[in-house]
Amino acid sequence: MTDADELVRRTRELLDRYPVASTDRLEFLRARFDAGLAWVHYPEGLGGLGAPRHLQAAVDAELEAAGAPDNDARRNGIGLGMAAPTILKYGTDEQKQRYLRPLWTGEEVWCQLFSEPGAGSDLAALGTRAVREGGGTSRSSEAESGGDWVVNGQKVWTSGAHNARWAILIARTDPDVPKHAGITYFLCDMTDPGVDVRPLRQITGEAEFNEVFLTDVRIPDSRRLGEVGDGWRVAQTTLNNERVAIGGMQLPREGGMIGPVAKTWRERPELRTHDLHQRLLKLWVEAEVSRLTAERLRQQLVAGQPGPEGAGMKLGFARLNQEISGLEVELRGEEGLLYDDWTMRRPELVDFTGRDAGYRYLRAKGNSIEGGTSEVLLNIVAERVLGLPAEPRTDKDVAWKDLSR
Amino acid sequence: MTTQPTQRTQQDLLYSEEEEALRAAVRDLLTDHCAPAGVIARTESDAPHDLALWKLLADGMGLAGLLVPEAQGGQGASHREVAVVLEELGRAVAPVPYLASAVVATEALLACGDGDLLERLASGRTIGALAVALHTAPGAATKAVRVENGTLYGELTGIADAAAADVLLVPADDGGLYAVPADAVTVTPQVALDLTRPLATVTLDAAPGRRVGDAEPAVRRALRAAAGLLASEQLGVADWLLTETVRYLKERKQFNRPVGGFQALKHRLAQLWLETVNLRAAARAAADALASGEDTDIAVAVAQAYAAPVAVHAAEEALQLHAGIGMTWEHPIHLYLKRAKTDSIAYGTAGAHRSALAGLVDLQAP
Repeated sequence: MTDADELVRRTRELLDRYPVASTDRLEFLRARFDAGLAWVHYPEGLGGLGAPRHLQAAVDAELEAAGAPDNDARRNGIGLGMAAPTILKYGTDEQKQRYLRPLWTGEEVWCQLFSEPGAGSDLAALGTRAVREGGGTSRSSEAESGGDWVVNGQKVWTSGAHNARWAILIARTDPDVPKHAGITYFLCDMTDPGVDVRPLRQITGEAEFNEVFLTDVRIPDSRRLGEVGDGWRVAQTTLNNERVAIGGMQLPREGGMIGPVAKTWRERPELRTHDLHQRLLKLWVEAEVSRLTAERLRQQLVAGQPGPEGAGMKLGFARLNQEISGLEVELRGEEGLLYDDWTMRRPELVDFTGRDAGYRYLRAKGNSIEGGTSEVLLNIVAERVLGLPAEPRTDKDVAWKDLSR
Repeated sequence: MTTQPTQRTQQDLLYSEEEEALRAAVRDLLTDHCAPAGVIARTESDAPHDLALWKLLADGMGLAGLLVPEAQGGQGASHREVAVVLEELGRAVAPVPYLASAVVATEALLACGDGDLLERLASGRTIGALAVALHTAPGAATKAVRVENGTLYGELTGIADAAAADVLLVPADDGGLYAVPADAVTVTPQVALDLTRPLATVTLDAAPGRRVGDAEPAVRRALRAAAGLLASEQLGVADWLLTETVRYLKERKQFNRPVGGFQALKHRLAQLWLETVNLRAAARAAADALASGEDTDIAVAVAQAYAAPVAVHAAEEALQLHAGIGMTWEHPIHLYLKRAKTDSIAYGTAGAHRSALAGLVDLQAP
């Protein structure tokens, strides 16, 4: 049994062997991974010690106090939050050994090739095709007797594709069966010459995301994750982790979108009106209650009693972000008519509460779309939490190739 | 001076095993003794309060004394346990003077340090009521009666559960809080919107009273606890309404389908579920803050500013989604609607609590 004291002891041992002052950043991160202190809830040998997840905090606090470098998790959110748990659950031993360590240290950034122009909420309708070829024609030495897959199609809303070394990819491998059954999950090499990444400019003026065009991209069968045709089930692990990542952040009071507008309210008394005051107080209360709900959910997870409450966190978070940022633009009056900069840029990191009020307002519009639209999430709550009847389906028993599009 | 609001780090928003056991015991009792049909029938009887049920809760289970230290004849529990009891009483719209006696009057007496009366209230054999109108927010001005030669004169309206009380705690114009036996005053029932929490006018005409302490701090403390714990009652009300509406919409068929399968209705129920989940966190935070004494004013104001509209929304949605049957006197939904709407005014409206927050978290009015 690994407890907090034992983890602190191991962390100090790591710091003794690899003094922060005299150790290269990457060397330290690799050593931390090999010591099982990267993500303690992962298995031994894969950066963890099989310890309870909440004990990570003890390790992090010890390392932070020592001034140790971290893996800059925000630069590889897709990798750490979505690719890693999926590889851990469905990967072969070889895949886990190959991919998890450089993923965690940040040496290899990951992106997600899921959404398509014709497959948004109905992700399972995706049309990117992966066709298996016989024989090892790949340049890669990893090719196995399974032969290469040749992938053609278009993906969209891919954040970080321009920095990514690898992608998690779902593609259609069998068009003759119903849509959920004909999908397979792959790990795609973003340096393949058939991968074309183009920035996708969004309403904020910048391009966080990309369109990714896949033309005869070759993927050896050894980079298939899970069974052929089982990709939809594998992708559920990825998507469930995405929703946790988007809605489940722990914040201090006024830690979210309400923070900037409360600050403006306090510092700029000349902007205050009675109408805005009433609306601000109402949103402040909702933001605080939302924070308490997230905190309660966190306490449930720590106590080992996860509830269904997580399913709804992103819904409330999206609506609040939109209403609060909209109020702030209005509060600023004449300044609210302006915008900081429409120049097309590629932001390194995305901060929903960053830049100016106009940016926050526009960026928040995406919160009810990305990671599952609010409309789809309401269906999920109604069906899975409340047990209400599912939507009538016309697409379940029809081969993918025969669906209307 | 302005300060950034901070919050506590050690709050506990979960239910302990003991609290869950308490919930199960109260729910069992209410299932057996407080069925909706009986509650509806009682509302138009001569005895709107269910004193037999009160005896089971107070005397049998010892719930009247949860907030009172053991040394003073109570159970020495905390607001966290009281909140769980109130959730269950809310789910059943139980017509018992629990909030009035075991919370409001008890808190006032705890502030005054009146041991003898406190012990009698803790036993449940004496029912107390604070003679302050139900709509009064914590910190708001209260009406006081006149003291003349040691006796009390005046009329107070909107007093919850006064008809069930054995003793009234009356604020007087000398700044004192007086304990007055109910049989020394005239209690006249008012026709209240909420059929399960009766209101009355209390008329004092040379009523004898015993001064138990200063009114202002006692009333303030009592109303703050009431406002914070009312959120748990509102949670119980909303939870019952949501559960019952989901159950009904799975059964009810129109157009050859369960109506709960229509997306327009599913989304409304999912939305209500989200609000109820949020309300649970806010109500637990308020109960925990009252128990610990930390960050209490903010936690109470947040909970009450959030709870009132949610409980009303749950009741209004439940009625609409039940449609015709929900409009009948026979169906219990109207009891919950009337309770929810009344609760949205009791101990301060959401707006009153938001105004309080403006000062507490430094978001000042123009």
